[in-house]
Amino acid sequence: MTNSTLTQATARDWLRRQSRWSLPEIIFWPLLLLPFVLFPTYLPLANQIAIAALFALSVDLILGYAGIITLGHAMFFGLGAYCAALLGKNGWGEPLTGLLIAGAFAGFIGFVASFIIVRVQHLALLMITLGLGFLTLELANSLGWLTGGADGLRVPRTWPIFNYFRFDLWGYTAYGYSLAVLFVCFLLSRRLVNSSFGLALRGVRENSTRMPAIGSAYKSHQQIIYTISAAMAGLAGALLAQTTSTVALEVLSFNRSADVVVMLILGGTGRLYGAIIGAIIFLVARDQLAGINPQYWYFWIGLLLMVVVLFMPKGILGFISRLAGKRD
Amino acid sequence: MAGNKPIVLQTEALTKNFGALQVTRSVSLNLPHGCRHALIGPNGAGKTTLINLITGQLKPDSGRILLGGEDITNAPVAARVRKGLTRTFQINTLFPDLTPLESVTLAVCERENVAGQFWRGLSSQQAAIDEAFDILEKLRLADVATRNTRTLAYGRQRLLEIALALATKPKVLLLDEPAAGVPKDESSMLFDVISSLPEDMSILFIEHDMDIVFRFASRIVVLVAGGVLVEDTPDGVRTDERVREVYLGQAHNG
Repeated sequence: MTNSTLTQATARDWLRRQSRWSLPEIIFWPLLLLPFVLFPTYLPLANQIAIAALFALSVDLILGYAGIITLGHAMFFGLGAYCAALLGKNGWGEPLTGLLIAGAFAGFIGFVASFIIVRVQHLALLMITLGLGFLTLELANSLGWLTGGADGLRVPRTWPIFNYFRFDLWGYTAYGYSLAVLFVCFLLSRRLVNSSFGLALRGVRENSTRMPAIGSAYKSHQQIIYTISAAMAGLAGALLAQTTSTVALEVLSFNRSADVVVMLILGGTGRLYGAIIGAIIFLVARDQLAGINPQYWYFWIGLLLMVVVLFMPKGILGFISRLAGKRD
Repeated sequence: MAGNKPIVLQTEALTKNFGALQVTRSVSLNLPHGCRHALIGPNGAGKTTLINLITGQLKPDSGRILLGGEDITNAPVAARVRKGLTRTFQINTLFPDLTPLESVTLAVCERENVAGQFWRGLSSQQAAIDEAFDILEKLRLADVATRNTRTLAYGRQRLLEIALALATKPKVLLLDEPAAGVPKDESSMLFDVISSLPEDMSILFIEHDMDIVFRFASRIVVLVAGGVLVEDTPDGVRTDERVREVYLGQAHNG
């Protein structure tokens, strides 16, 4: 790329190109429809993957773009799941409104939490997110009358989507629904990261010392993205509750918070698609490895994680895009 | 001595202690509109600390800071920048994985309060992008505008330091050793750029190279052990016995 004749117009063009849909992107999304025809018996797994991908996407927005590390994001996933489950249990089984209410609830809690989150950094931030996660888990555990405690909640079957698409036993509707929600959230995220706001978030991640020196009260940026991320995690949790008709305390567990970060690191942070690729790799590997040996499959995840972190510091997608000679 | 120009930035008896060490001792400065003041002094004199106090990275133990007559002593860093008081850093404080175009566009967007618009594509912020490119062009960075900052030559990164500050449209610009670490031939190029900045911008710069200081400063503030030793014209400073003794005497025989 020679830039010797760069002008205002070419500069504008260059920025526009950064957010243009690339060919691999356009090919990627239709591929996600393949499970419907190729692996119809694996649709419940595909549904789990779509939900995990949405959850990982929510974490990518804060971790990959705004540099806010977290080990407690299952908190918002779980809040969304319980919120949707309780709606269903109390007679409101309409999926879309239930989904939105659950997302709004998780987002609201995220907004409240964001006031603490922006005050701390690094290890303290990890501990705060971890602590908030534990608090929420134990709160749900002790409020047995509401959450079912350790027994969890069984939710009546969610009503048909648009009063038409019934949730079937094979998971056609479930996967279609989760995939559609994932795609919409992806489009919103993509717009967000390619906006001036997305640029400001990258600025915070790249150098939070400089941000105030260019006049940015960047903590409000961080609060906004944390709220959006929490809401999106809540949507993912709500999808799980609605499509599987059960919620257990596990949705709030530390394991879930840690797994989602592992998925994101495997796929690659700060590129949105890393969340989806990471979720696919993690859950397909878990499915296959657990089939071989149900006890020790984390061994292989651990090994994979170490290989990726050591040899592909920007994740599998970062590695591929470097092979392809792209700016990363 | 400031002439008829109004004072834009004023510090009143600014004092800062780090434990028992007094790093800033009752510093009172007046920067008139459109000034070109140099801040000099031996290593450890507290020059950067003074800049940190003025721009809000540090809070003074006592004293006041007035910008255009308004007390900003307790204002946060970003608020001061929005009022027109901007600094650059002695050690590059840039966005390594953003391009200069993105970095400066970001600074313009923050100034125009459009950085929070997450629903609008960046490429639709045309005015901000065009202004950013203009700034880069003025600072001779247009040819590297779309390369990652981390890949730029060091001298170019020093220019980007200034470009980022200019994007905030400062009334008062504090340059903390803009040419730090830059070879001598390049540093005079850097100061050519600085001297071409708008005349109504008030500039205070820290610089160690006395040739450059005497060439570009209309007034010089000599800081020693946290306090102002002398404030005078370059000729006055050059002939001042006290300055020779504590500062120029060892470093410079001019």
